[in-house]
Amino acid sequence: MNDKLRLPPRRSTILVRRHAVTTRVTHWLNVLCLSVLLLSGLQIFNAYPRLHWGQYGADDDPAVMTIGANESDGVSRGFVTIGSVSVPTTGVLGLSKTRDVWTPRAFPAWLTLPSEQDLAAGRRWHFFFAWLFVVNGFVYLAYGLQSGHFHRDLAPRRDELAPRHVWREIIDHARLRFPQGEAARRYNVLQKLSYVVVVAGLLPLMVLTGLTMSPGMDAACPVLLDIFGGRQSARTLHFITASLLVLFVVVHLAMVVLSGPWNNMRAMITGRYAIRQQEPDA
Amino acid sequence: MNNLLSRRRLLVDGMLGAGMLALGGCDPLEQNADIDAVLRSAETLTMRAQRLLLRHRPLAREFSAADISPTFRVNGTQAPDSEEYAALRESGFADWKLKVGGLVDRPLALSLADLKKLPSRTQITRHDCVEGWSAIGKWTGVPLGLVLQAAGPQPAARFVVLHCADELEKTFDGSGRYYESIDLIDAFHPQTILAYAMNDSDLTVGHGAPLRLRVERQLGYKHAKYLMSIDVVDSFNGLWGGRGGFWEDRGYQWYAGI
Repeated sequence: MNDKLRLPPRRSTILVRRHAVTTRVTHWLNVLCLSVLLLSGLQIFNAYPRLHWGQYGADDDPAVMTIGANESDGVSRGFVTIGSVSVPTTGVLGLSKTRDVWTPRAFPAWLTLPSEQDLAAGRRWHFFFAWLFVVNGFVYLAYGLQSGHFHRDLAPRRDELAPRHVWREIIDHARLRFPQGEAARRYNVLQKLSYVVVVAGLLPLMVLTGLTMSPGMDAACPVLLDIFGGRQSARTLHFITASLLVLFVVVHLAMVVLSGPWNNMRAMITGRYAIRQQEPDA
Repeated sequence: MNNLLSRRRLLVDGMLGAGMLALGGCDPLEQNADIDAVLRSAETLTMRAQRLLLRHRPLAREFSAADISPTFRVNGTQAPDSEEYAALRESGFADWKLKVGGLVDRPLALSLADLKKLPSRTQITRHDCVEGWSAIGKWTGVPLGLVLQAAGPQPAARFVVLHCADELEKTFDGSGRYYESIDLIDAFHPQTILAYAMNDSDLTVGHGAPLRLRVERQLGYKHAKYLMSIDVVDSFNGLWGGRGGFWEDRGYQWYAGI
């Protein structure tokens, strides 16, 4: 007792159980699925690099977005047109090098699976990993509901949703000040909100808009067409939702790196997360 | 801060590098037959799941005349270039006859006039290309089920093979000739028709004159154009590539419901 009183307040590091094994396994399977789905999805998109809105849409119909290549004065250029705005994208989108040869293709070879233009193979990869993604998603859903993970870890508490609290966390994030000590045991409210948007919003939306593109599913479940406004709208929403997921992953990775990459990685691999504890003063 | 930045750089570079390796590694993977077999297992799963969901034989959505696409893209063959087809076209398909044979009790040969005398069905439906585009058109034709019933399928019958007049790929052995196949579940669906009219006029050459299949609930390549004969079979294993269709022989799914 006396010894302790003489020492200054000490900080010690303890390892806490951060992620359950189901969360970790489904997380990494999801990384695999979403990576393959994105790259094979871009392969499929390349077969018809135009997005429409409504029940139908083909070459001559108005397009929401077009990725293409055109030629003027003997020079080929790649472009992306969104609405009435056209942006030159030569080298990456519309026109890029495949094995050192300039090739007109929407997304470049290094962003598609397989890298060569091969719609049939792209579809095989896409649908296999779509099934795996859905099964994995249901496992996570069942676990999250049954174990209380959603309720305990993801659902924001009422006081966390107070504008003042949310604002303070936004400021803290902008200053790259992340929760320490006891506060680091839980997700902060911005984390909770973004995970809820992804888990309950974007990922189910990917599946539903994907299924709406299936003529068989449209016959089995015609309400899909009413929800999304048609097969071509669903295709456009599938693309937009995928883009939002890419955006989420970019921010997610940045946050992982900025808030302690090794600790975060260890937590998602072994389940153990280190937090600094301020020992009680006496 | 310096330390953080360099660590970050290392990590980001490392991840990019791993990603590149993974990407580069996928092409050899793709050519591996075992991997291909694993990927293809999902096709069986998709067909079983859709067949379960479609067991009460719902109709594909039918649209109103106002929804018809202003232009309907001509895809695949624009016009078969055989002399045989040119002669048929010359005579306005008066000499054309659809042969129905194989595992049937009463083989048939039906002229366009014969087909038009049979009860018809008109449907405004969406055509979905495997590439991603869609077009809505109005189709009139004879339900395939009626023709098959008239021919009397034998108990061993399982599939309907549709032979076409067009060669989509020029080959010496004729394996570039277009053909398709569907099973009897799809063949007897009320919306599966042998269409001779599109948007209230006779089929144009671009869209498959004189007769094409409409098998709504599946992708465009199943809707074979330029029909010449229909074969009722118990298996299509011995036919060309053995996968049941021109595009199927080139890697596409036989069940094209997605």
